[in-house]
Amino acid sequence: MGKIFSRPEALSDNHTHYCPGCTHGIAHRLIAEVIDELGIRGRTVGVAPVGCAVMAYNYFSCDFQEAAHGRAPAMATGIKRVRPDLMVFTYQGDGDLASIGMGEIIHAANRGEKFTTIFINNAIYGMTGGQMAPTTMPGQRATTAPTGRNVEETGMPIRMCELLSTLATPGYIARQALLRPKYVNKAKKAILQAFEYQMANKCFSFVELINTCPTNWGMTPLNALKWAEDNLIPYYPLGEFKKPE
Amino acid sequence: MAKVLMKGNEAIGEAAIRAGCLNYFAYPITPQSEVAEYLVKRMPEVNGVFLQGESEVAVGYMIFGAAACGERVMTTSSSPGVSLMSEAISYIAGARCPAVFVNIVRGGPGLGGILPSQGDYFQATKGGGHGDYHLLVMAPDGVQEAVEMTMMAFPLAEKYRGPVMILGDGLIGQMMEPVEFPDNLYVPPTNKDDWATNGMDRRGSTKKNIVKSLYLDPKVLNQNNLTLKAQYDQMKREEIRFEAYNTDGDYQALIVSYGTMSRVCKTAIDNMKAQGLEIGMIRPKTLFPFPEKAIHDAAAKESCKKVVSIEMSMGQMIEDVERSLKGKREVTWFGQCGGDIYTPEEVAEHVMSLIAS
Repeated sequence: MGKIFSRPEALSDNHTHYCPGCTHGIAHRLIAEVIDELGIRGRTVGVAPVGCAVMAYNYFSCDFQEAAHGRAPAMATGIKRVRPDLMVFTYQGDGDLASIGMGEIIHAANRGEKFTTIFINNAIYGMTGGQMAPTTMPGQRATTAPTGRNVEETGMPIRMCELLSTLATPGYIARQALLRPKYVNKAKKAILQAFEYQMANKCFSFVELINTCPTNWGMTPLNALKWAEDNLIPYYPLGEFKKPE
Repeated sequence: MAKVLMKGNEAIGEAAIRAGCLNYFAYPITPQSEVAEYLVKRMPEVNGVFLQGESEVAVGYMIFGAAACGERVMTTSSSPGVSLMSEAISYIAGARCPAVFVNIVRGGPGLGGILPSQGDYFQATKGGGHGDYHLLVMAPDGVQEAVEMTMMAFPLAEKYRGPVMILGDGLIGQMMEPVEFPDNLYVPPTNKDDWATNGMDRRGSTKKNIVKSLYLDPKVLNQNNLTLKAQYDQMKREEIRFEAYNTDGDYQALIVSYGTMSRVCKTAIDNMKAQGLEIGMIRPKTLFPFPEKAIHDAAAKESCKKVVSIEMSMGQMIEDVERSLKGKREVTWFGQCGGDIYTPEEVAEHVMSLIAS
């Protein structure tokens, strides 16, 4: 009997440092599968964020750059402008992209830069230890919001897909989740679609993935999946928000 | 090639192209926006890349991303903009990527003014961003030298795998002078396949390249910093450039001055010579590495009674001059940096009063 399941070539065989139950690993795998299926590993450059995925360069087996906090879209712009033949993706968390990197992502999207952004939204700062993120839910506890996010002081969570979809520049904007197999399959399709638009030099492409962070949420992995489905999905609806003509 | 009359900012843009840099990212800021206005027209003629970024912060990282692919890349800015780019410059230095930054310095601190200044000396030579790094810093004294230093900057950035800065000022950026673009300063790019993220297919390799500045293991981080230090030490051995002016015979005082200010000092020295007063000058062309020995030796001449650092800053370069003199000579400061530039007469008057004191 032949081998029916194996590690994608675009993933390295390094062990990840991610916590048990974290869904980063699923996101990595989906991207790697897409890179393999499109046969582009030899001309792909990833840009790692600051945050839990800062060492993503260890887990993929393609060229990688490591950005400063929030600046990955500017680096990807630099790469793609000087080497349009390369396939470029950024991998960014919610603190990185929606807080300190808000300027860079908006302008890259608005210029219609032909790269792909994978946006990992787990509603909290992971690596720095559970501080409040722009996507933290009202009332959700964080180390810098110990009694829960007070929206009177900090405003409401930012919905990045909806925000980016307001731009008049054509783009592919989608949100999926990594909470159940049915969502994971849709997430894979969205990532593939995003890379295909890039390959066709069509538009900027952006896929938000609702992730969990059991460690900083203080939950078991299973409870984290359930909490995300009950609390994040209603506020961050899944689907395609924008497609190019 | 025949000389052409060009504005400094435009000449810097043209020099980058002649040096084989076909990638330019920038954000507008006075007094250097003409570089962008020149290159937006010129880059398409050579199939080059021009992009106006949304901020100097972003531009710094566009430079990083492009440089990490192994491509020659440049940005130009002015003081407040360079402050914003300093974060990226630190990352670029830590990740060891070649890139060229031009600072057409204006007065500061803060928004300061838009007239010429040398107030960014510390920022350029002592850091600017965080961490242990240096830039190789060259300071032109006019448009011709700005062209030559811009052309030299790209191979130097590649030799040391790090950022190089051209430290001009608003006068050099704005004034027009006849210039030529020496073909012999063009040096073909080095092969960067051993480190650049230029795609495995491009370099025919199955090994991925990673460009990063994160080293969580203290021993590995220390080693990266030692590698950088070794490069800066090599710069000190191989890249010090300076001009000695009127130092062959005896002189009663030594001026240390660079850039625009040194042009004025030369005229002052010529005028004083005509009146029978000999004054020498060391003009650093590289501010890092600094021509310490040249200054030390010139100040040691028996006839030399005074040493003065003449700067368009409030006593910045003087610290390096003091360091060069190793306590054997005193050095005094003469300068202003609101945007006005001393006349040759004002310089001569100061130097003569110094000698008389």
